[in-house]
Amino acid sequence: MLRRLYHDQPETFAFTPDNRAWAEAQITKYPEGREASAIIPLLWRAQEQEGWLSRPAIEYVADMLGMAYIRALEVASFYFMFQLQPVGKIAHFQICGTTSCMICGAEDLMEVCKKKIAAKPHEISADGKFSWEEVECLGACSNAPMAQIGKDYYEDLTADRFAEIIDELADGKVPTPGPQNGRYASEPLSGLTSLTEFDSGQTKFNASVQLADDIGETVKRIDGTEVPLVAPWGDQGGRPHGEARVAPPANDAAAPTPKKPSAPERKVAAAPVSEAQSKAKPTADPSEKTAPKSKGKAAAKPKAKKADAKPVPAPATAPTDADRPAALSEARGGQPDDLKLIKGVGPKLEALLHSMGFFHFDQVAAWTETEVAWVDDNLKGFKGRVSRDNWVEQAKSLAEGKPTEFSQRAQKDGIYKS
Amino acid sequence: MLKDQDRIFTNIYGMHDRTLKGAQSRGHWDGTAGLIKKGRDWIIQEMKDSGLRGRGGAGFPTGLKWSFMPKESDGRPSYLVVNADESEPGTCKDREIMRHDPHTLIEGCLIASFAMNAHACYIYIRGEYIREKEALQNAIDEAYDAGLLGKNAAGSGWDFDLYLHHGAGAYICGEETALLESLEGKKGMPRMKPPFPAGAGLYGCPTTVNNVESIAVVPTILRRGADWFAGFGRPNNAGTKLFAISGHVNNPCVVEEAMSISFEELIEKHCGGIRGGWDNLLAVIPGGSSVPCVRGEKMRDATMDFDYLRNDLGSGLGTAAVIVMDKSTDIIKAIWRLSKFYKHESCGQCTPCREGTGWMMRVMERLVTGEAEPEEIDMLWDVTKQVEGHTICALGDAAAWPIQGLIRNFRDEIEDRIKHKRAAVAAE
Repeated sequence: MLRRLYHDQPETFAFTPDNRAWAEAQITKYPEGREASAIIPLLWRAQEQEGWLSRPAIEYVADMLGMAYIRALEVASFYFMFQLQPVGKIAHFQICGTTSCMICGAEDLMEVCKKKIAAKPHEISADGKFSWEEVECLGACSNAPMAQIGKDYYEDLTADRFAEIIDELADGKVPTPGPQNGRYASEPLSGLTSLTEFDSGQTKFNASVQLADDIGETVKRIDGTEVPLVAPWGDQGGRPHGEARVAPPANDAAAPTPKKPSAPERKVAAAPVSEAQSKAKPTADPSEKTAPKSKGKAAAKPKAKKADAKPVPAPATAPTDADRPAALSEARGGQPDDLKLIKGVGPKLEALLHSMGFFHFDQVAAWTETEVAWVDDNLKGFKGRVSRDNWVEQAKSLAEGKPTEFSQRAQKDGIYKS
Repeated sequence: MLKDQDRIFTNIYGMHDRTLKGAQSRGHWDGTAGLIKKGRDWIIQEMKDSGLRGRGGAGFPTGLKWSFMPKESDGRPSYLVVNADESEPGTCKDREIMRHDPHTLIEGCLIASFAMNAHACYIYIRGEYIREKEALQNAIDEAYDAGLLGKNAAGSGWDFDLYLHHGAGAYICGEETALLESLEGKKGMPRMKPPFPAGAGLYGCPTTVNNVESIAVVPTILRRGADWFAGFGRPNNAGTKLFAISGHVNNPCVVEEAMSISFEELIEKHCGGIRGGWDNLLAVIPGGSSVPCVRGEKMRDATMDFDYLRNDLGSGLGTAAVIVMDKSTDIIKAIWRLSKFYKHESCGQCTPCREGTGWMMRVMERLVTGEAEPEEIDMLWDVTKQVEGHTICALGDAAAWPIQGLIRNFRDEIEDRIKHKRAAVAAE
């Protein structure tokens, strides 16, 4: 199946602050050095935010995870849930067309789509509101035929009801998901044939519909504020992020063969990673990267030349080492500032900054434009972050002891509790 | 019929309290620490004695699978990975567990992980199950809050973390090694075996991959005893099982029943009979898209278990996803749709599958319209034989079997259609 990037790509992509915090928490689910595991959830979040997956979004996620762009692109093009082209502004309909649904009337649903939305799948309707496609089995076969609209399953559909749903969505309403024929979930329509003895009354909706009803973002683009961020694996028992699985406590002696301290585990994890990194390095080399990247952009978008000049502060020639800002060999008095209070700096970036000799807010605050360009270019895996997230401005406030909106939130919520 | 007291999933329709408290009131999370204190060997022996066979389709004995895990760690951690990538057409049982009875699964993860020396478990849920993912994550959060997961999980002395991971719409990720690849952040392309996951699986560490239902029944089996579970069904086909019935029955549903129930009883008791009566039954796919279809008249007395369906009907129980088709169905088209499915979902790694699924679909297309030569039926049979068994994973086999089932059982129908078409063309 041929899946390509869309011809018209946006300039940039960035997670909203909440989505980014969410994404960073997801990465801690996986062992150190295995951040790439988080790629599907992160790409999916990017799609939930934008509606479809653009090239800048794929590259942004690859940067976050320290992956080569091609590896991220491979993943994005392999998995069918990633929409590589824009979808309808309000909703994208996915009609299950596999055998169980087909023999129960899925073809009628697709006729409705062809009539009301667009003649071909993935085509956006004339008013820009909708698009549709036929997908393979969605796993709700006892409730056939069905369609997924946005996040939710609309089950036990008829062509008439489905047409109504499209109209309601066009009017700005969100019809209640779930079975449309009066069923609760996947029990027999005519009444329970089992589990009658456990009856204890019922909640209004089945679990899926209840969540859809409570959160209310069936067809909404999400920015991460919809539900509070919970990452129980990270702070459970005070374990630092990403180390949820290290050494068991001493009192574990009763349990057979407790795992050895983390050293060997790390070693196993480290070997393949260093290999991956060494492979990735050539592309991550800043001097090489600037050239092909701008070329790729220009090729993708003929108009890009004009636009390119504006957002990229870097001069035509790459910053040289003469532009390198003054660095310290160690933190003054051994007490570095908490650089993570700068929005856009996570634990990984903080460590990188330390390794480059930056420990304090006032250091960052003093960077000149050319120095910013140098740092932007030399943050391996995080290129361009300084200017994008406006570190200098933030660092100025923080250096003066004034909190920023983000630092207040970060301290309050303990985003980077370690 | 199975009594309600003997059902493991007592909230499969979600009509009762779905929270942790509700689950506890129905007997889940009862004495979990005590079960774990009985030790690894006891748990594995009990699972072997229960006769539980994997619920993901292949029916491999679960206890035996667990015993392949290394007893002593060589420094690498062990992992349990739960396969919740339910995408086999016809199958919709794990969805009900995860959204409505999630604590059976979470408790099962803890016990199973302990039994295979794993401190971490990943549940890989299919990406389309967005609400199910949220429901399951809420249940996991609840369990963390109650101290049932995390350090000293449920007071057992075992540290255990449970992570929910999701895919993004690739059927092939239901294959265990493809699932591991996907979980590592790559394309879901199956790995060669050996090494088997128990030797080198996730991140190169010993790993066991189990289906959701296989894990979710574990706590109840241990609490009620292997003998209780083994008491249902015929020997070698023990236990209770979630059946998902879809298609042309009066009341399609998901229901837990004893193994080896007769097809007739299953349909009459729970589904309100076949649409239009038993004489209207054309064909049944008894175990999800990957098993061959069976003619309706052979199905009525069929025993729904692994051995009967395989040995007596040349089909299989698979995931117990029963697709019923009445005489209004174009059976050739129904199977063509499955061929289209496999062509769409082939990962493209092995040539026989990548190319073969396309060829099979295109020939099937011709058979649907009848614009084909009668020889093409044998040619198609030949192609399926060349795909079957010549690929890394079982997707090639799975693509071949439905077509073989069609040719075996409905050859007359295909020939009729070709003849009919020719007569029509000749008449013009």
